[in-house]
Amino acid sequence: MQRGEQRDEVEMLSLMLLIRRFEERASQQYQAQKVGGFCHLYIGQEAVVAGAVAAVRDDDYVITAYRDHAHALARGTSANACMAELFGKETGCSRGLGGSMHFFDRKNHMYGGHAIVAAHVPLAVGMAFAIKYRGEDRVTLCFFGDGAINQGAFHEALNLAALYKLPIIFICENNLFAMGTSVKRSTSLKQIVDRAEGYDIPGEVVDGMNFREVREKIAEVADSIRKEPHPAFLEARTYRYRGHSMSDPASYRTKEELEKYRLDDPITRLRAQLTREEKLTNEQFDQLDKQAKETVLAAVKFAGESPQPPLERLYDYTYADGAKP
Amino acid sequence: MREITYRQALNEALAEELERDPNVFLMGEEVAEYQGAYKVSQGLLQRFGPRRIIDTPISENGFAGLGVGAAMVGLRPIIEFMTFSFSLVAFDQVVNNAPNMFTMSGGQFNIPITFRGPNGPAHQLGATHSHATENFYASVPGLKVCAPATPRDAKGLLKTAVRDNNPVLVLEAELLYSSKGMVEPPDEELLIPLGKADVKREGSDVSIICYAQTVPLALKVAAQLEEEDISAEIVDLRSIKPLDEKAIFDSVTKTHRAVIVEQDHPFCGVGAEVCYRIQKNIFDALDAPIMRVSQEDVPMPYNERLEKAVLPNPDKLIAAVKQVCYA
Repeated sequence: MQRGEQRDEVEMLSLMLLIRRFEERASQQYQAQKVGGFCHLYIGQEAVVAGAVAAVRDDDYVITAYRDHAHALARGTSANACMAELFGKETGCSRGLGGSMHFFDRKNHMYGGHAIVAAHVPLAVGMAFAIKYRGEDRVTLCFFGDGAINQGAFHEALNLAALYKLPIIFICENNLFAMGTSVKRSTSLKQIVDRAEGYDIPGEVVDGMNFREVREKIAEVADSIRKEPHPAFLEARTYRYRGHSMSDPASYRTKEELEKYRLDDPITRLRAQLTREEKLTNEQFDQLDKQAKETVLAAVKFAGESPQPPLERLYDYTYADGAKP
Repeated sequence: MREITYRQALNEALAEELERDPNVFLMGEEVAEYQGAYKVSQGLLQRFGPRRIIDTPISENGFAGLGVGAAMVGLRPIIEFMTFSFSLVAFDQVVNNAPNMFTMSGGQFNIPITFRGPNGPAHQLGATHSHATENFYASVPGLKVCAPATPRDAKGLLKTAVRDNNPVLVLEAELLYSSKGMVEPPDEELLIPLGKADVKREGSDVSIICYAQTVPLALKVAAQLEEEDISAEIVDLRSIKPLDEKAIFDSVTKTHRAVIVEQDHPFCGVGAEVCYRIQKNIFDALDAPIMRVSQEDVPMPYNERLEKAVLPNPDKLIAAVKQVCYA
């Protein structure tokens, strides 16, 4: 492995730590009632988004559902802007107008943050349409959960993407539960990836707890798409340690099941790989974790001290021309 | 000026905007090879090619959402619904995604998209195909809604809609596609601003406020009323949202009487909003309670006689005018 890639992997491990520590702190701040509304945590799934963004270019398009904090962080949105958004502050990545489920960051090509299940999948197809329309070689990464695959919008979008041969990777983050309903109880398929076959879209399963496997698969697929635009589908098998949202104690699954996945933790796995290959020492890991914790603590402070969005600008974000019908 | 049909006027608007801006494309069911279910897109595929005139499968949610996504990254989609009755299948995209994006992203993503197609009851299409959707959509912050009644307004408003940086719905009048009117020649740029009503006929005794398919109805009734010495002013809203309050108030301040004739249903209909604004702002100008003529509050029956009974018609409008005029 090249030096550049080694550095990248440590960087990505540090991103995964940042995501985890961010989510832990978000949970704590939610309980302290600093964060309102719904709040869905990504803990356990870090390897999926980290692996995916490590495999693509900064100018590729990323769009996801409502469990979106990690995708913004992975795209380069600062922990400050993310935490401030949770706090509903003017300095948030959506100026405090979006909240937990609606993180946007145009500069970093993060296109949301969409909270109606599967409603963003057609949007992703539209972004891929625009790429092909302009003859660019970008790729759209469209993340969604296993709960999205039974929505009509999802099916229509896959058909359109295949029909128009659009440059898009559909990434199903299969964490086994759509809110509290297990895939077995929601989906008439042996495995989710088979959905893709129905639309003549090539599909594969990846171990979503394994950073390297995700990265390599996405890199391979993205490379193929850049040469000749087409859609692809990846089912990343993963697990969320927490409930669906902050209000969910996740009593629909056993402690044993959770423990089994915790032993397969994506951060622990990448750390072990890097340590075994002598690319990371325990001290270095501790240092990375300490940095992540400090960054997030500083973000909490930043969010707390940031101003509220001004009341007098209430009407400024309804129409792009500032119209008040 | 020359006389063309409403359909031709829309076709010219599409062609001119496609010609002007390479980011504009037209997508929908049967818009390309079939040349448009109502022939509004006739000839566009031949002229602009399949990259920009794009047929879709019957997937309104899918292609409406595709349009919103394409608009997020800078294209300017024109999405045709074969009828706005079918837009209800895409309600989530039109109501939840297109107008909310600008707010939810803190102003980062505006959605310059045009949704267009025929709207309102046509003739014996039954309940599912007869929806007048203007009041649903006008109630959503972030959307703009217009409903042109003449070829000139259709052309000018559609061109403006395509250039607007927000989601705009152009609700075309299904029954008026073949109607004719005078329109500027193609080499003269015709842009009609959103939010500007048009007095289609001047009068002094009563203001009849109308839009889309109720405009020809109101004009016909005005001619009849003239014979009975009632002078009706016809205010064509053209845009439902933004609403041209000033034009409404100016007219009613002059006539002191108002009847609103709308093609939607009475409950929470467009007329309810117009009525509220008139009484709130120019209460003292009124010499009589405001009347509304709308559809009856029932799903549209197929039977021709019953359908006529549901729709606004000259008799209902004349009765309403006479009531406000105490005639």
